Formats: sequence, C-alpha cells, structure tokens
Amino acid sequence: MSTESHGIATDASAPLWSRLKHAHHFRSKEEEFDACKIGMWLFLTTEVLLFSGLFCAYAIFRAMYPEAFRGGSHHLDWLWGSINTGVLLISSFTIAWSIRCAQMNQQALLKFNLAFTAFCGLLFTGIKFGLEYGPKWAAGKRPGSLYDYPNPSTPNEPVWWSVYYAATGTHLLHVLIGTAVILIMLARAQKGMYGPKHYTGIEIAGLYWHLVDLIWIFLFPLLYLIH
Amino acid sequence: MSHEAAHDAHHHEGSYLTRTGSFWTTVIQWGFTKDHKKLGVMYLTAVLILFFVGGMAALMVRAELWSPVRQITTTSVNDAGETVTTTEIKGQMFNFPKAGETATSLNTGNETYNRIFTLHGAVMVFMVIIPSIPAALGNFFLPIMLGAKDVAFPRLNLLSWWIYVFGSIFAIASVIAGGVDTGWTFYTPYSTTTDADHWRVVFMIMGAFILGFSSILTGLNFIVTVHKLRAPGMGWFDMPLFVWAIYATAIIQVLATPVIGVTLLLLVLERLFHIGIFDPRLGGDPVLFQHFFWFYSHPVVYVMILPGMGIVSELLAVHAHKRIFGYKAIAFASLGIAGVSFIVWGHHLFAAESELAATVFSALTFLVAIPTAIKVFNWIATLYKGSIVLNTPMFYALAFLFLFSIGGLTGLPLATLATDMHLHDSYFVVAHFHYVMMGGTIIAFVGGIFHWWPKMFGRLYNERWALTGAVLVFIGFNVTFFTQFFLGTQGMPRRYASYVDEFLTLHRISTVGSWILALGFFIEAAVLIYSLVAGRKAPPNPWGGLTLEWEVESPPIEHNFHHEPLIKHGPYDYDDVVPPHWDPKDYPLPEPLPTGARH
Ligand SMILES: [Cu+2]
Repeated sequence: MSTESHGIATDASAPLWSRLKHAHHFRSKEEEFDACKIGMWLFLTTEVLLFSGLFCAYAIFRAMYPEAFRGGSHHLDWLWGSINTGVLLISSFTIAWSIRCAQMNQQALLKFNLAFTAFCGLLFTGIKFGLEYGPKWAAGKRPGSLYDYPNPSTPNEPVWWSVYYAATGTHLLHVLIGTAVILIMLARAQKGMYGPKHYTGIEIAGLYWHLVDLIWIFLFPLLYLIH
Repeated sequence: MSHEAAHDAHHHEGSYLTRTGSFWTTVIQWGFTKDHKKLGVMYLTAVLILFFVGGMAALMVRAELWSPVRQITTTSVNDAGETVTTTEIKGQMFNFPKAGETATSLNTGNETYNRIFTLHGAVMVFMVIIPSIPAALGNFFLPIMLGAKDVAFPRLNLLSWWIYVFGSIFAIASVIAGGVDTGWTFYTPYSTTTDADHWRVVFMIMGAFILGFSSILTGLNFIVTVHKLRAPGMGWFDMPLFVWAIYATAIIQVLATPVIGVTLLLLVLERLFHIGIFDPRLGGDPVLFQHFFWFYSHPVVYVMILPGMGIVSELLAVHAHKRIFGYKAIAFASLGIAGVSFIVWGHHLFAAESELAATVFSALTFLVAIPTAIKVFNWIATLYKGSIVLNTPMFYALAFLFLFSIGGLTGLPLATLATDMHLHDSYFVVAHFHYVMMGGTIIAFVGGIFHWWPKMFGRLYNERWALTGAVLVFIGFNVTFFTQFFLGTQGMPRRYASYVDEFLTLHRISTVGSWILALGFFIEAAVLIYSLVAGRKAPPNPWGGLTLEWEVESPPIEHNFHHEPLIKHGPYDYDDVVPPHWDPKDYPLPEPLPTGARH
C-alpha cells in the first residue's frame, strides 16, 4: 500500500522518518496507518482465497486418487521440507523483530533484520530449486503430460505432481515477491525512512511475509508428511 | 451575492479539468495522475470505447442471424449428360477464414460466428460491464460522496488503471490475432485444445486474469476508503445508497476474484504444459473448472448489478425529490445479495452435477429473489407521491425498474430444475441475462452518466434529444430481447448461426430491434459529445440533489472541497432540507418543495 511522503518539515537535520508527514487526503498519521493496515488485511484475504482454490484442488484429487497421493508424497524429502519450514519460521521472527527495531529506533539492527529476512527468502528459493525441483524434474517427476518417470506408483501419479508443482510453485512466487518487497524496505531503511513514528511500510511488508510463512505451514504437512 | 463573490476571491483553485501545459504535458499529467476524478474519466472513456467495440460485434451477430446459414447441395444433369453436384452456402454474412483455409467452407463461417460472439461476450463482461460503474463512476463519485479528497490509496488506484489497460491490451492482441471461439466461459476441455497451435487463447485468458487484479485492487481501495475517509459527522447510515452499493460490490470483488485468478492460472498451465488438472485423459476433472469458474462468475453477476442498483437509488430519490423509502432495507439488501451470491454458483452446473447438488443449489438460488424484491418494492414506494420529473436520468431509472424486473423474474424458471430442463442453453437464457446485464447494469450506467454528466464535465446536454435517444434505446432493447424469450421457449438453442425456418420471423424482429437500439445509443453519444463542445455551463446543483457531490463545483476542483465538509443532514432528507446551491430556475419542479426546515 502506498505510504506517501508529502510536505517535508523545515528542520533538515532531524532524521528522515521524523520529517515524513501523512498523505494530504488523510486527516492524521494514525488514520493513514490504520487505512494501510486494513488494506493489507484485505489483500491477505485475497491471497488466502487464491490459495484456497489450490487447497480445494488438493482435497478433491486426494479424495479421487488416494494411492497416487500416497505414492507421490513418498518421493518428497521431508528433511529438506523441514529445513525450509525452519528457514521461513526464523525469517518470520526476524521480520517481526525489525518492526520492533523501527519502533525502538535501533537503525543498525533494523537493517540487519531486514537483510536477514531477505536472505532467508533467497535460501528457501535456493533449496526449493536446487535440491527439490531440480533433481525431481531431471528424474522425470513432472506434472501432467510432462511426466516421464519410469515406474509410477499408480497411473494417476502425474495428477499428484501437477498439484504439487502448482501449489508450491505459486507459493514460491509469493516468496520471491515477498523477498523483493523486503529488499525495497531495506533500501528505504538505508535512507532512514523508518523510525518510531513511521514504520507502516515494514509493518505491512511483515504482514505479507507472515502470510507467506503461514501458507507454507499448511502446504508442508499436506504435501510432505501425510502419507 | 456578495458572499459568493468573497467566496470566489478566496479560492483560485481551478477545476480538475484545467489544463496547465501543452498538449503532451497534459497527456502525461493524465497518464500519471493520482486524482480519482481523472482516473474515473479515463475509465469512463475506455469503457465507452470498448462498449462501442462490443456493440459492433453484437450487431454483427444479429446481422448474421438475419437468415439461417444453409449449405445447399444440388444435383443436376448438364448438356453433356453428366451429373453435376454443386454446393452453395446461403445466408452467410461473415466468413473470415484463417490462413490456408478457403472461405467456401461452412465450417470457417461457423467458426467466424463463434469468434464474433466470443468477442462480444468477453469484451462486454470483462472490459465493459465489470469496470463500468465501480471503476468509472465509482472512482469519480465515491470519494466526493463521502466528503473525502481522494480514495485511500491514490497510487494504488493509478496502478489499477494501468493494470486494466495492460489486461485490455492482452485481450485486444488476442482479437487481432484472430480471436477466440471458446465463449467467454472458457470451458475445458474445449478451451485447452482449440487453436492448439496458437497463442491467442492464452492471450485472452491472460487478459481476463490481469483484469481481475485491477478489479481486486479497486475493490480493496474502495472498502478502505469507505471505512476510513468518511467526512466528520457521516455515520454508516448517512452514506448515500450508491456508496453502500459500491461497498457491497467491492466486498464481492475482493472475495471472489482471487478464485478466478487461480482458476485462469491453472487453465493457462493446462494449455501450455498439459498439467492435467482439468483434463480427464490425465486423471483431471473438467467439472472442477466449472465449479471454480462459477464460484467467481456468479458473484460477479452482482458485481455487475449491485452498482446499477446503487445508481437507481440515487436517480429515483433525486429526480422524485423524495426521501428514499426503506433506506436501511435497501442498504442491507445490498449486503444480503453480496452474501447469497457466494452460495448459488452451482445453478450453472445443473447438467454437470449430481441431482442432490442441483436441488440444493436450485433452492438456494431462490433466496436471491428476496433481497432483490425488497429493493424493487422500496424503489416503487419511493416514487409514491414524489415530485417526479421525467427527464433523461429518471427515464433510465424507470426503464431499469421495468427491464430489471423482467430479468429477475425470468431467472426463476431458470432456477427451477423442472423448467430449466427445457430452457437451459436456449435463447431464453440469452434474453434473461441481457435483461439483467444490459437492461439492468448498462441502462443504470447510462442513466448515471446522464445524471452526473453536468457534474463531471460542467456542461448541460440537450434534454429533448437525450430523452429521444433514451426512448429509442428502451424500445430497441425490448424489440431485440423480448422476442428471444419466445425463441427460447420454442427451442432455439444459443450459439448457433443456423436455425430452422420457423424461427425466421422472430430472429428478424430481433435483428431490427438491434438497429433501433444502436440508433438510440448513437443519438446519446452525439448528445454527449455535442454537450462537451457547445453545451451550456452547468450550475453546481442542476437537479437539486442533497448528497455531497452537489455541494461542490461543476466540475469539481482538484481537491474536491474548499473546506472539509461537515455532515448535518442525511443524503435524502428532502422533507426538511433545502438542497445546496438550489435555484428552482435551473430545474423547475411541478410543485415547489416545502422549504420550512423543521428543526
Ligand atoms: Cu449464476
């Protein structure tokens, strides 16, 4: 959501965050903060609904082809899944901490936490591509008609892979978008835009990141753990 | 008078339309504007242009149906005594073969017909009706009616506009590349296999997907605006009903559109990589697509109609100078419709789902009739003993009441399983949804344009010609579509270029109706364009309305209000409030309003 910076006060020596004013069409900074938060919660609702379509597809196909899902999920490595879960959980903690840092005006720690969160996003992506998608794709465990694995557990196993790639792929896209947003926050933090009275951007980026984490918390057991 | 002069001297802010630079500077200023009014005007322009494109396609569909397409094979014996077989195609108007095909084939002509009606449907649904009222009129008037300077997130609003443009470019690219023949519903497995060697279907689906994002972001913006930016003193029940309607619409946009988003995404993956989720050969389920599709596309029917209902509430109250009857009932009916809309999608799948599911969805569908009827009765009660002025906006509002009632009531036989057996996929369905979508939404939209035109552009239009156009639209519409109820009950299926001779007369009446309709719209377009060029300057409150947009200047200044407004009366308190800037000379009423304030 937009956090606009209109009309900068005259005292140029004060830190940037203390000079930022609310957008002209809001009556106060608090009103702007509330509006941005409501907006973000609504946006998160749309994200949940987007994924609900994929969860729905998962439920329906699981009911239709239980053996394909059982056989397919055996091919996933729960260890890498767990490590990635850990990576996201830690990053959720650091983004929450970075909001606290902004509130307490701990600028160095704020930047560190943001950078660390973005690093976790990239680490998750690296593990997903390098150690999960890559080898599986090479082995022919691909979605739908691209499936080329010599001994499937049941003839319907390609459907399992379609659901797997569609769900985790859409999630991965969200991880990448979230990482990009956090990097933008980092660049802004570098300029001194965030402080005790001005941290809307980090707050809403954090909300988004928690959602990305939360969706993985649902995807992980459904895909990796339930056999 | 001196007060007015002093007032003017204080503020030198020009209207939002004031040009501050050369032509190109102005173009760039508009392209990157965060002003909700300019964005509203740009949406309005885009929607009207696309309405013209979709309307042309509709005229082509009706023209093709002037005569049934027939392939006639005749065998004769020539002078040399040989038997000669000649094949000729009769009654075909349009036949645009793809590269490498000949125009003589019946098939290429039928395919051309499929492409034309898909173009009509997709443009009208995704690019005209869905954005028409919320994005164009809603953008312009929602903040002003709330007493705000802008929507909550102006930059996001600009982004929505560019996403809309970007999505439309995708869809238009698809049309230029030859168009799609899937119908606007993109049912699998047809949509994943047709035109397999070409990108145009993917373009069209991507276009719809991108337009969905625009719709979500606009809805989100409006919800937050309503929650946070109401003027001091404006409680929830002091909001104009147009705002309530846009609010209910925005809720549906935000909650339903993500589901079509993921559906279209899966459809594209299905088409490009054959992931098999909707393909029975790979273990997938095509009915799943239908469920996903209609889970969005039924609620979206109310994204189309609710804002129209909001406009009608405004038009009836203002042009009858009457306190709206059952304000809360109308407001809550909007929310009720929004709620019910999410549990009735299965009525589009009566033929594809189990009997039990069909029965349940049929029963749920009848629920929609309750809040809808509440609205209609309250509107009619509003008119009772009102000072009705039969001008163009009021005529459109009354046309809406008439046409929408027919559209709504003919929905009931379609929701009833036994009668739907006979009527489904027939012209009865075509007539029904045109009465709702066009007779409802488009008529209300056009009525809204005439109602707010003086406010938006500061110009009055020629009332007599506008009303003439409106009457022609009303007549043309009924001639075109009422005949289709008969065609449908007699068994004419939808989406065919050919038909048996019995339907000839009715089809021809319908086609003539489409010409009357087109003439009406051309007159309306001419009236509006002429008013921009040579219209009289509009006063701030030409109709004597009480909502906040009539307190600001025509056209409004850049930040809408000189001072933040303070709400002291309700939006429809015609009994005891004198309208702002009110000069009965501008709009003589049959009976003067009681001017004595009661408090
Ligand atoms: Cu429906």
